[in-house]
Amino acid sequence: MKILVCISHVPDTTSKINFADADTKFDTNGVQFVINPNDEFGLTRAMWFKEKQGANVTVVNVGSAETEPTLRKALAIGADSAIRVNTEAKDGFQVAKELAKVVQDGGYDLVIAGRESIDYNGGMVPGMLAGLTNANFVNNCISLEVDGTNAKAVREIDGGKETVSTSLPLVIGGQKGLVEESDLRIPNMRGIMMARQKPLQVTEPTGANAETTSIKFEKPAPKGAVKLVDADNVGELVNLLHNEAKVI
Amino acid sequence: MSVLVYTESEEGKFKKTALEVASYAKTVADQMGTTVTAIAFNANDTNVLGNHGVEKVLQVNNSSLDKFNANAYANVIAQAAKQEGAKVVVISSSADSKYLAPLLAIDLDAGYASNVVEAPSSTSPFTVKRTAFTNKAFNNTTIDTDVKLVGVSKNAFGVHESSASASVEEFSANVPEMGVQVESVDKVTGKVTIADAEIVVSGGRGLKGPENWGMIEELADVLGAATACSKPVSDLGWRPHSEHVGQTGKPVASNLYIAVGISGAIQHLAGINASKTKVVINTDPEAPFFKAADYGIVGDAFEVVPKLIEKLKEFKAQQ
Ligand SMILES: Cc1cc2nc3c(=O)[nH]c(=O)nc-3n(C[C@H](O)[C@H](O)[C@H](O)COP(=O)(O)OP(=O)(O)OC[C@H]3O[C@@H](n4cnc5c(N)ncnc54)[C@H](O)[C@@H]3O)c2cc1C
Ligand SMILES: Nc1ncnc2c1ncn2[C@@H]1O[C@H](COP(=O)(O)O)[C@@H](O)[C@H]1O
Repeated sequence: MKILVCISHVPDTTSKINFADADTKFDTNGVQFVINPNDEFGLTRAMWFKEKQGANVTVVNVGSAETEPTLRKALAIGADSAIRVNTEAKDGFQVAKELAKVVQDGGYDLVIAGRESIDYNGGMVPGMLAGLTNANFVNNCISLEVDGTNAKAVREIDGGKETVSTSLPLVIGGQKGLVEESDLRIPNMRGIMMARQKPLQVTEPTGANAETTSIKFEKPAPKGAVKLVDADNVGELVNLLHNEAKVI
Repeated sequence: MSVLVYTESEEGKFKKTALEVASYAKTVADQMGTTVTAIAFNANDTNVLGNHGVEKVLQVNNSSLDKFNANAYANVIAQAAKQEGAKVVVISSSADSKYLAPLLAIDLDAGYASNVVEAPSSTSPFTVKRTAFTNKAFNNTTIDTDVKLVGVSKNAFGVHESSASASVEEFSANVPEMGVQVESVDKVTGKVTIADAEIVVSGGRGLKGPENWGMIEELADVLGAATACSKPVSDLGWRPHSEHVGQTGKPVASNLYIAVGISGAIQHLAGINASKTKVVINTDPEAPFFKAADYGIVGDAFEVVPKLIEKLKEFKAQQ
């Protein structure tokens, strides 16, 4: 089985978000970038397929050279090879188009992506990629097993979960649950050394266009100070929630 | 040329988000000088859509579509959009809608903006405001394609009344082969889900152990709320993973979010910030949650929560 794991390179979850160039660009100053958490779960599941079922795992990112350390980290965790499509995509559609080319050229059976990236939170790329490559698609995936060309997945739904059966070629939008939190791997020295030898191929984009254009960013309006209620006067909170906030 | 809205239902009844997206579609249609058509799958009471500005309902009655299937639903909605010549398609931000949206976007060659929080500031160019960086910021985006797909954030736009009398047409769609089959569904019934809840009561590590969740559940019961928890609480197995909210868990956009014994780490806040009113109960006045909350009580949850339950019961009895 050939697996492609899509890696988006995102600001660490603790990052303060600021903008530059008259609020038209994300200010990367002082921001640390990581593998998107949803993709980290996916990558770890891919390692299981590699170790237990002999799968070959490639990681891919559509982005500029700045994302290479993130791909190297994925190699250090255990992926066999990496591809970077050399373009700064403007929206999820453009990313999906570039990834579709990678999938077609590489003949991948299974594509593991994340439910959403924590930067632009489009939640678009995996579904669009499935649509573009005519693959089956399971989103919010919290468990995945593959047997030959058949796959069984569990997906989270509002208020519970659903077990589905499907077949390869398949794209999933993965999230926490795909593997245990404790199974996530921190690259060790040997992994880091080996990652240096592994192929990281840079390919040129197909030149697909975006369908949306980002105009400007805004930060939420600053919040007023919290209203404190005395612990001995809890009734006052009920009163405020009813009469002031009007939420009960 | 109309605006098409996908109105979700469950067991034949429209969800609140369906009325919210219908209201949104009506606003867009007014801006563009056109009308709203809704598409509904196996729903009964289509009249209610009229109260929110829908003029025509395309009613799909097909038992093979009883269970949600992203690919099939996307395909049918695309057929409806093409038949109606819709230039704008509006959907919600439920897990199901977010699942089908990118497939629908490809079917329609439509540019897609998700997590949209306001009516378009302009329809030409078509400009919307959406959340980015898990609610830490907003992004104004134009959709540049001929057909536009808009995913509306829950609870951001609200449900608005505007009367029309909706005519109903049967829509017999071709159902494509389903590559993904549902084998079984494991769903808690009779409990409010985080996705649908108006009020969410959430507990953190400050509650010390799973045995102390009785009061959280009781508080939720009194309020008709869903229960949720912070990440470590679900990692420790005190509560199921499905209750984990935050940047890497479920998003919450309720009217009221009550956090008990939760410190307010940036990853937690990012996921719940879209809630309208936030209340924190915490022993530590320095807990970061107090900076994000509207109301707060500095105090021991084990004393404050039982009192709050009592006061709420008195309040409910008077209502
Ligand atoms: C990549 C990444 C992603 C993450 N994603 C999420 C996420 O999605 N959601 C999430 O929640 N976290 C997430 N976290 C974890 C987050 O950083 C915090 O560790 C977590 O939110 C803390 O949970 P807590 O507030 O329950 O526990 P703690 O930080 O331990 O806080 C407990 C609080 O309870 C208070 N307390 C103690 N006793 C009492 C009492 N008797 N009465 C009242 N209050 C009391 C304390 O003062 C304290 O403020 C993530 C972390 C990382 C690194
Ligand atoms: N630039 C990118 N390169 C590779 N994969 C990506 C990229 N952007 C998004 N993805 C994948 O698509 C998922 C969902 O991203 P998004 O649609 O941006 O929310 C991510 O978790 C990644 O798996």
